[in-house]
Amino acid sequence: MSSTSVLEFAPSAIRQRITTWRHLRGGLKGSEYAWAIAFLVPYVGVFLAFVVYPAVYGLWMGSEASLYSELFSDPIYQSTVVNTVLFLGIAVNLKMFCALLLSGFFMRRGWWVKALLMIYVLPWAVPALPTFISIHWMLNGEWGLINNAIYQIFHIDGPAWLDSRWFALGSAIYSHIWKWMPFWTVILLAGRMAIPQDLYDAAKVDGATGWRQFVHINLPLIANLYLICTLLSTIFSLGDFNSVFFVTGGGPANSTHVLATLGIRDAFDLAQPRLGVAAVMSALPLVIPLVIILMRKLKTAEVQL
Amino acid sequence: MSVTTLGRIAAPARASRRAGQRARRRARLTEAVAMMFGVLLIVWTVLPIYNMVMVSLEAHSDVFTDAIWPPHPSVASFWIVVTEGYWYLEYFWHQFGNSLYVGAAVTFLTLLIASLASFSIGRMRIRYGWLVSNAALLTYVIPASFLAIPFYRIMQNYGLANNLWSVIAAEVTFATPYGIFIFSQYGRSIPIELDESARMDGATPMQIYFHIYLPMLAPALVAVGTYALLLAWNEYLYQFLLLSSKRSMTVPVALAQFLNSDEAPWNYMMATAIVYALPPLAIYYLFRGRMTAGLTMGGVKG
Repeated sequence: MSSTSVLEFAPSAIRQRITTWRHLRGGLKGSEYAWAIAFLVPYVGVFLAFVVYPAVYGLWMGSEASLYSELFSDPIYQSTVVNTVLFLGIAVNLKMFCALLLSGFFMRRGWWVKALLMIYVLPWAVPALPTFISIHWMLNGEWGLINNAIYQIFHIDGPAWLDSRWFALGSAIYSHIWKWMPFWTVILLAGRMAIPQDLYDAAKVDGATGWRQFVHINLPLIANLYLICTLLSTIFSLGDFNSVFFVTGGGPANSTHVLATLGIRDAFDLAQPRLGVAAVMSALPLVIPLVIILMRKLKTAEVQL
Repeated sequence: MSVTTLGRIAAPARASRRAGQRARRRARLTEAVAMMFGVLLIVWTVLPIYNMVMVSLEAHSDVFTDAIWPPHPSVASFWIVVTEGYWYLEYFWHQFGNSLYVGAAVTFLTLLIASLASFSIGRMRIRYGWLVSNAALLTYVIPASFLAIPFYRIMQNYGLANNLWSVIAAEVTFATPYGIFIFSQYGRSIPIELDESARMDGATPMQIYFHIYLPMLAPALVAVGTYALLLAWNEYLYQFLLLSSKRSMTVPVALAQFLNSDEAPWNYMMATAIVYALPPLAIYYLFRGRMTAGLTMGGVKG
């Protein structure tokens, strides 16, 4: 109140300066504005020092055009691109689709379903490293649990899972799905639980059950969440280093690398950091649109979730 | 009157009873199918974990056989881990301490930095605060492994190579955005009038932050704290790249070291893996409800 009366008497130039200043501060008083800035400084500092600086440094490292001609002519890189596309296409979609179905399964009532859910989330609760190492040994062609079991039951030798490219890539995909499916199931389950019970009751009165209830109620309400989760999972899976590195190690003969592991291999095993950065950067045409779509979606999704 | 009504109702009642029996039988059948499916799901889920436990209970000679359960189960491997009785494990408890140190520092710093930033953006409504939340959101969706190579270089430039603080910096960088995201959303449910009346009474922003914001934020602090702690404990790539000496290593890096030798002692390795996995498992089940609520509230990340 009093500030407006002061403004009325102030010369227009000063008034102008005061309003711009206030505009910048967003209506905070002087000392409060200083506090607000001070509270932001730690995060802005972290962001500049550990996100912007490395990102710019990485862009600079991977800015030479000759790196890319070297990279694209490398047969290991070419198979890595195929592997990455397969890994994303199969692992992400299979995982999300199974998670969607399983989230419906876990809507069932009964104590044993709740107990089962507690067990089912184990892969997510256990750190990735121990279980991936365990899977690596479990799939060992000679002494692994899987082939031992196959031998005991069928009296035949199972395949050497990690010695052929496609079996090995399949094993990495299996490990990724095993590890992350519970997480997405829990997210989708929460999405389903958020659907008001009245809708189901109304549908039941109208005679819609099972499949029709799913198509006309669950699907439209969960579709947006499913889409966001799939996009988010695509970008997280693109950065998934552990499931390939520990299960196949990129082998046999570097045939099962994905971009995340190839970048690290080029940078540290071959001591060619620039080439490693270039390998990672070659995913940018996929990463940038995904990031843009996701940032838009996530901002509106906050309210809907 | 009543007799005739009863008679008239009796026939449909019998029919409906029969229908009810049929429905019940069908319900029992679907329940049985669901249970069978549940058993399959348990097998799928537990298989790698069973393998881990099985190998850890075996003697070294039994690992290289075609057994599918330990022929002579013993906890000798765990004893080796606990007493640091193998040369890969000579600093095990020191490394365990390193992991705890990193976890504690990351949790504390993430909570501090994220809550301060969200207070400034959400409660004080600083102008252009949305730029900072966008920056956080961007960090959240970029895969961390994509920044690993330049990050490694930069830590060398900062003189933090082989230093636990380089790992702490990396984990805080990737945990804080989630914190800002969750705190901003949770903060919306705290009435802004609380802040305003405190301001009227002459409270400084610092006092409002400590005496109103943080206490009201407690459930979200638990959710984000658990998230940050588990992230720091479980993360591998950055710790592997940034820590090289045995005394500065954390447990996951030490664990992966086993893979360097040709004849890996798998039983010791799996025992180490189990000891390493138990604390996060306990924390996870302890705070499961909070974590799930936090995840569904703010979108997602594992």
